[in-house]
Amino acid sequence: MKQFLKASVFTLSIALTPFATVHAATPKDTLVMAWVFDDIVTLDPAEIYEVSGSEFMANVYDRLVTLDEKDPSKLRNVIAESWSVSEDGKTFTFKIRPNNTFFSGNPVTGEDVEFSVERYVLLDKNPAFIMNQFGLTKENVRDKVRLVDPMTVEIELDQAYAPSFFLNCVSYTTAVVDKKEVLSHEENGDFGNGWLKRNYAGSGPFFLKAWKPNESLVLEANPKYFDGAPTIKRVLAKNVVESATQQLLLEKGDVDVARNLTGDQLAAVRKNADITIDAETKATLWYMGLNVKNPILAKPEVRQAMKYLVDYKGMADSIFAGTGTIHQTFVPSRQLGALDETPFSFDLAKAKELLAKAGLPDGFSVTMDTTNKSETRNLADAIQSSMSKAGIKIELKVADNKTTLTRYRASEHDIYIGQWGSDYWDPHSNTDGYLNAPLAKRNQWEVPGLVDKVFAARDEKDPVKRAQMYKDLQSMALEESPYVIILQQVENAAVRKEVKGFVLGPTFDLNLYRHVTK
Amino acid sequence: MKAVLRTLLATATTLFGLLFVTFLISRMLPADPVLAVVGDHASQALVDRTRIELGLDKPLLVQFGLYIGNVLQGDLGQSVRTGEPIASELARVFPATLELATLGTLIGVLAGVPLGILAALRKDTLIDHLVRFIGLMGYSFPIFWLGLMGLLVFYATLGVLPGPGRLDFGYEDFVTPITGLMTIDTLLAGDMDLFRNALAHLILPAGLLGYYSLAYISRMTRSLMLGELRQEYIITARVKGVSETKIVWKHALGNIKVPLITVVALSYAGLLEGSVLTETVFSWRGLGLYITDSIFGQDMPAVMGGTIVVGVIFIVINMLTDVAYRFLDPRSR
Repeated sequence: MKQFLKASVFTLSIALTPFATVHAATPKDTLVMAWVFDDIVTLDPAEIYEVSGSEFMANVYDRLVTLDEKDPSKLRNVIAESWSVSEDGKTFTFKIRPNNTFFSGNPVTGEDVEFSVERYVLLDKNPAFIMNQFGLTKENVRDKVRLVDPMTVEIELDQAYAPSFFLNCVSYTTAVVDKKEVLSHEENGDFGNGWLKRNYAGSGPFFLKAWKPNESLVLEANPKYFDGAPTIKRVLAKNVVESATQQLLLEKGDVDVARNLTGDQLAAVRKNADITIDAETKATLWYMGLNVKNPILAKPEVRQAMKYLVDYKGMADSIFAGTGTIHQTFVPSRQLGALDETPFSFDLAKAKELLAKAGLPDGFSVTMDTTNKSETRNLADAIQSSMSKAGIKIELKVADNKTTLTRYRASEHDIYIGQWGSDYWDPHSNTDGYLNAPLAKRNQWEVPGLVDKVFAARDEKDPVKRAQMYKDLQSMALEESPYVIILQQVENAAVRKEVKGFVLGPTFDLNLYRHVTK
Repeated sequence: MKAVLRTLLATATTLFGLLFVTFLISRMLPADPVLAVVGDHASQALVDRTRIELGLDKPLLVQFGLYIGNVLQGDLGQSVRTGEPIASELARVFPATLELATLGTLIGVLAGVPLGILAALRKDTLIDHLVRFIGLMGYSFPIFWLGLMGLLVFYATLGVLPGPGRLDFGYEDFVTPITGLMTIDTLLAGDMDLFRNALAHLILPAGLLGYYSLAYISRMTRSLMLGELRQEYIITARVKGVSETKIVWKHALGNIKVPLITVVALSYAGLLEGSVLTETVFSWRGLGLYITDSIFGQDMPAVMGGTIVVGVIFIVINMLTDVAYRFLDPRSR
């Protein structure tokens, strides 16, 4: 009996003896990152449309042109050596940079560019609409995108647009893929999509080395990159879902960068001398959509009253400290024509006055759809309590993200609270989203002649005039729209101090690793 | 032979029912599964086209029939979110859970059985209360909290144990998966450093699961043992002057061995399903985390695939328990 007990205690003590572990500091030539990237569903650039997927694309594929990550009002030539636009504004010509090679060793030629641009439209996945805007369709794209000579490609649009609008779109949707490589994996006319979903055929600063969905992503530096090889040899990203775990790994030095810390975790990490925090405003807005199908929300005074019943400052200072800044117009700040005005603040007297004017002095009851993500929940709770001060009783309908979106897309909500971000770095993206489709349609808000104004601003060639048109639209929306726009998202990366040059850019894709040194 | 066939038929029926219910529930969810693939910014046209591509426009029963037909041919379908074959994804995550659950159960048995016996022998003494208190703690603490605390204390503060993951961050990609069991694979690779590292990474999560299974096993052992010690033959043996050691270890334990196996097997099966919370806290990509992710990601084929695996685990464990009974219970020979 005693012997048996002794034996089991001994076994246990062996099992629980702390091993002197080989503590692995991160390898000197590798950037190690804890990051949530479980939104990635494909690695094919003509299909990528997720936030994390776009960041992957920006680091491993080159596009014709790209936004300057330090100043998004400027463009940089990448695959293109130069570009020009015809007299009538309808044809853009791109000269392709010579002596550039793909991962496979094949040279980057005009033919690859032509194929890659056409492929977006022919595959007809999510990003295709960005090119469809210019009259490029499945039927005509092979004619409209042409080789002028082996290293020159021209793209003909159906009408003249603001050049900045076209180039801003092109800066997102022209990732150039290796035509030979991709077509060698084609199956049943899928343009190699089945293969490229999980493989790689690009020419960017990094190559894809290994990919395990929801698990890990390994990139290797491209030693021949035309703009200089990255200093680090490798990037290893692991999908660490639990943000508390990310914080631990960072503080212990097991990772160099933690990408998804919450506001309070950032505050804790800020006190740590070994860690610096990069922050960058992103073109994503937190907003409430008021469905005007509901007769109460159809009253303009009610909508204005609600804009005065949000404690913007309180939220920006507490739950969104470091992760959001006050923003009340639909064009994100730093985009062309962004009107950074904040006319609204929590003003109970004014809100009550407006409600009385609408014939609802004692308030009303309404439901609000929100997702169970903690940030959204916190936002919804704060709004529920500040609205109740004026008698507006909000019943929260909490569900997972996709359930909420299903209801929102079908316009079954009274109020929806969530995020909407720009698809590409141009004011037209959000202007179209909020004033035309899909958001205006989901909230059933229709103003005669408004859509024409949206397109007129899109097509205006003079940048100064174009900016003014957007400002006017935003002023109108502040007064009349069914949107309570609350905050603009700030993305953070907590980085160990020995790591320099990790860049968070202004768009969701331009978080770049190529300048990192350790 | 007949008995085997009957068991197999019952098994197939159970699995079929399980799949049918899972399938129905998945289709009753208010979320549109297409959104998992295309995201919120997708146009209606793309949503409609994707719905047809995924075969979600067909009548429910037809969809289910097609699915079962594929499963019978060994095709579990492809993940909606990653496009990978479900079978290979499951094969990748299951070993992680197997390793954790096996070690956890070993700890639970090696510690739980002796503690349970001790508590039964020293009924109502301090030791008994202590064992019960340890068991109760195991029941009442939320596991994710214990896990995070464990990480905070042993990894972040003391630095005696490594952090989350199956190996130190970044080294997992250096190991060629042969069996998928990290300890075995590192041994096969002949890398003792990595083997020690893999073992060290197992201590905290497996210890935690071990503690939970210990709590359950010790309580069950105690009550089984108490029941046995009250039997007449024990009293007779005591009167005859048989030594206490022999009574406890040979007679009593010999008789409770069989029900004890059921207890252990059930607890093992439970751990094999993957402990969602533990796997989440420790970034341990096993079955539990995989199924949870798939549910949140509206990845129905993956959820169904996971369901099949869990079902099969229970059935296999049940069969093994039956076999063990036949061997150990003299009455069934």
